[in-house]
Amino acid sequence: MRQFMEQWKGFAEGNWCSEIDVRNFIQLNYKPYEGDESFLEGPTENTKKLWEKVTDLLNKERQNGGVLDIDTHTISTIVSHPPGYIDKDLEKIVGLQTDAPLKRAIMPFGGIRMVMKGCEAYGKKLDPNVVKIFTEYRKTHNQGVYDVYTPEMRRAKKAGIITGLPDAYGRGRIIGDYRRVPLYGVDRLIREKEAEFAHLEYDYIDADTVRDREELMEQIKALNELKKMAESYGFDISRPAANAQEAIQWLYFAYLGAVKEQNGAAMSLGRVSTFLDIYIERDLNEGKITEKEAQELIDHFIMKLRIVRFLRTPEYDRLFSGDPTWVTESIGGMSLDGRTLVTKTSFRVLNTLFNLGPAPEPNMTVLWSVHLPPAFKRFCAKVSISTSSIQYESDDIMRYHWGDDYGIACCVSAMRIGKQMQFFGARCNLAKALLYAINGGRDEMTGIQIAPKFAPVDTEYLDYDDVMERFDMVLDWVARLYMNTLNIIHYMHDKYAYERLQMALHDREVFRTMACGIAGLSVVADSLSAIKYAKVKPIRNENNLVVDYEVEGDYPKFGNNDDRVDDIATEIVRMFMNKLRKQRSYRNSIPTLSILTITSNVVYGEKTGNTPDGRKKGEPLAPGANPMHGRDINGALAVLNSIAKLPYEYAQDGISYTFSITPKALGREEAQRVDNLVALLDGYFHQGGHHINVNVFERQTLLDAMEHPEKYPQLTIRVSGYAVNFIKLTREQQLDVINRTIHELI
Amino acid sequence: MSLSSTVIDMIKGRIHSFESFGALDGPGIRFVVFMQGCPLRCLYCHNRDTWNMSGGKEYTSDEVFNEVKKYMNYLKFSGGGITVTGGEPTLQAEFVTDLFKKCKKAGIHTALDTSGFADIDKVKELLENTDLVLLDIKHGIKEKHKKLTGVSNDKIIEFAYYLCEKNIPVWIRYVLVPGYTDAPEDLESAAAIIGKLKNVQKVEVLPYHCMGAYKWDKLGYEYTLEGVREPTSEEIARASKILSEPLKRPFKNH
Repeated sequence: MRQFMEQWKGFAEGNWCSEIDVRNFIQLNYKPYEGDESFLEGPTENTKKLWEKVTDLLNKERQNGGVLDIDTHTISTIVSHPPGYIDKDLEKIVGLQTDAPLKRAIMPFGGIRMVMKGCEAYGKKLDPNVVKIFTEYRKTHNQGVYDVYTPEMRRAKKAGIITGLPDAYGRGRIIGDYRRVPLYGVDRLIREKEAEFAHLEYDYIDADTVRDREELMEQIKALNELKKMAESYGFDISRPAANAQEAIQWLYFAYLGAVKEQNGAAMSLGRVSTFLDIYIERDLNEGKITEKEAQELIDHFIMKLRIVRFLRTPEYDRLFSGDPTWVTESIGGMSLDGRTLVTKTSFRVLNTLFNLGPAPEPNMTVLWSVHLPPAFKRFCAKVSISTSSIQYESDDIMRYHWGDDYGIACCVSAMRIGKQMQFFGARCNLAKALLYAINGGRDEMTGIQIAPKFAPVDTEYLDYDDVMERFDMVLDWVARLYMNTLNIIHYMHDKYAYERLQMALHDREVFRTMACGIAGLSVVADSLSAIKYAKVKPIRNENNLVVDYEVEGDYPKFGNNDDRVDDIATEIVRMFMNKLRKQRSYRNSIPTLSILTITSNVVYGEKTGNTPDGRKKGEPLAPGANPMHGRDINGALAVLNSIAKLPYEYAQDGISYTFSITPKALGREEAQRVDNLVALLDGYFHQGGHHINVNVFERQTLLDAMEHPEKYPQLTIRVSGYAVNFIKLTREQQLDVINRTIHELI
Repeated sequence: MSLSSTVIDMIKGRIHSFESFGALDGPGIRFVVFMQGCPLRCLYCHNRDTWNMSGGKEYTSDEVFNEVKKYMNYLKFSGGGITVTGGEPTLQAEFVTDLFKKCKKAGIHTALDTSGFADIDKVKELLENTDLVLLDIKHGIKEKHKKLTGVSNDKIIEFAYYLCEKNIPVWIRYVLVPGYTDAPEDLESAAAIIGKLKNVQKVEVLPYHCMGAYKWDKLGYEYTLEGVREPTSEEIARASKILSEPLKRPFKNH
């Protein structure tokens, strides 16, 4: 099917013309940019006016308790709502999830109770008809899961050893290849899907084939609806986009369709900057637009991404605090042929943090390589220093694993765009697993037997080998239970809340991973180190349950570049990953592991008793792969090196580290700070680090923002894997951020 | 005596602490070694806990060098290196010389952060292995220097001239303490000293801060600068202008 569309005029031809092959299009047509940021333009008058309107709405939303409005009647689908605008005359890129900005939609396919609770929390009542439909006539994902959970699963969830699971909310972490819509137009995509459907006619149609056929048919329907939605805004996206504005608009419509239908925890955008740059360059070269106009298009696009909203419950907010949506955009990186994938639009996208001010969304993710152009590196460092809004991930590691057209879903999960997806598995609390090992499978908070019963530790002091043997056994149990739980969740999610539009923007054969995770790594490593290098005496209560520990002597702590304990941390990751690899997983997905907590480290900590490292009951675990607060005392590089030792091979769903430093500790002058931050990133990634959130701020600013939130409407900070409006965090979360290690001058 | 110390007899250094990410003590990212012990008694000292010669922990130069090596990567990317500070590093010149030799052999840039209060004969070899000296001028006026630090500045000026004579690159550091070092004559006299040095690449004015005061308190000493404010950014800029002025003039021999 080789047909060169008229909208492609000026583009170099290639395989992308005959096959759906966005990477090939990019590789043949993009223009690497090695210069600096001096070409960038500030916001236009139009942009300023529009952003002012958005700011007003955001203020109102905050004053209203976090939610501006909810449409409690309309079940959200791609075509459910009439067109909505912020200001039709000002907007260069249009489209909203509902008929008004920041009005949240209801998406009950994942679970009706969550929607009811979400409405109630913000003083609204869900339409009784909707409740009736989703209780009497239409089963939800949540209902499906709870119908088949085993008693053991329920117990483990309640105790909090596996938790945060997507069984009551959308799993997310799927990235549609939204670029396909502008490049090919929807009609072409439908034709491809119809051809795939026709290929699925076998002699024996088994259950898997039935599912594939049904899913494909759903995908085709979703694509048709997407056309209809765009039509309601006055655009015909059945054909390819003909210019930059259309390319951005088409792409945004595709993304909008996804967020109208799915309230996935993370609804990431993918890797669109360099793709869009090709269209912008073509228009600039033909004199159709100016740099100012190009920036305006990007600014307006980003504004839309900043106001994506989902209706969520207060419990959800405690877990993933600050109303995050993870509209993650992956920027930069290198091509396999050695050219940089940085383009002017990589700069333009980051420039929105200046033009519109800092913001948590989209989740700006720079794919860092030591080979990136120096001017781009410096620009990123500058943006980080002034906005604390960027996370960095190692392109040098991920390119090796995933090629040069992967994107990050959520925080640290790499996937080939349009070719790979994951089943998000939240995480298991390893700190608790360690306590179960000591207590013979009983929960340290309640005394209830959660894991299979075995003899608890009965020695006066904890013995390293003895504890490790028991821990190994508990992990065998957890890994099996965890995987089975995820199998149930994702079976039901596919069945009752299938992401038909996002999957329509994938190849038919998709590589699936089962993305497991762990929390509490540094607590476990430090606890085991204490047991090994100091003396740890368990303290038992009247029911012979170990509820506390006395640590005699000092011991090496994770985060100080000390192999004695860093090796323990690495070993735990290997151990647990190897156990996950033994499990059978839904749809033959490949198990992977993340060391990422998002902000759930606070809630997990609340549910975890005293630990042998001296951490007290209820205290937060460290976020992601971070060392425990205040225990990393050898300075920033020592921590970075400890983190960099954790093996990506065993944690391919990502290893998150959140780093905070004061501006003064980075250097005396601005230029020096920029250079030092660049060198720090180069050094860290060269050392084998996978991810780093960079925060540059003074503790004082945060304390002041807690007292006077109104003064800091846009104060953005990075927490584990995403950025957040500081003032939107819960109080516990704010304190957790303030108490963590901030590298500063002493 | 253990076998290793009799056979190898390696000099040990008394070290207060390490910082793997120093961004303020020389070019690029610095691995910073804080030596224990100081002959000066600066009123504003923010490392009061480094004065005592018997504190800290002993390390061989190999042990420290192995620690530095772990961060090679960052030092290279940043054009950084090692900075030995204190305390007063020249008090343990032999140890630091040993350490610097090993660093230089491995291509690591060496910086010595010193008050200059040292006997030149004892530090000649150390300075031969030093790529950059961060030299504190505490005060340009002798009497005030004595009052501020407990010692006279004669030795320090002599030290500075020696660095000039050997053409060892120097960054001058001047702590600006309102009421103590910020009078016009204070600054002019310091500038006059700087004006006599041809090897000064940079002058850094360090604003006084009281973040180290708690250490005095913790150790049971009275912090006599209690209540002294931090200088304003205008004051810093003004001092910086005066002190950097000599760098702009063609050099005249002293």
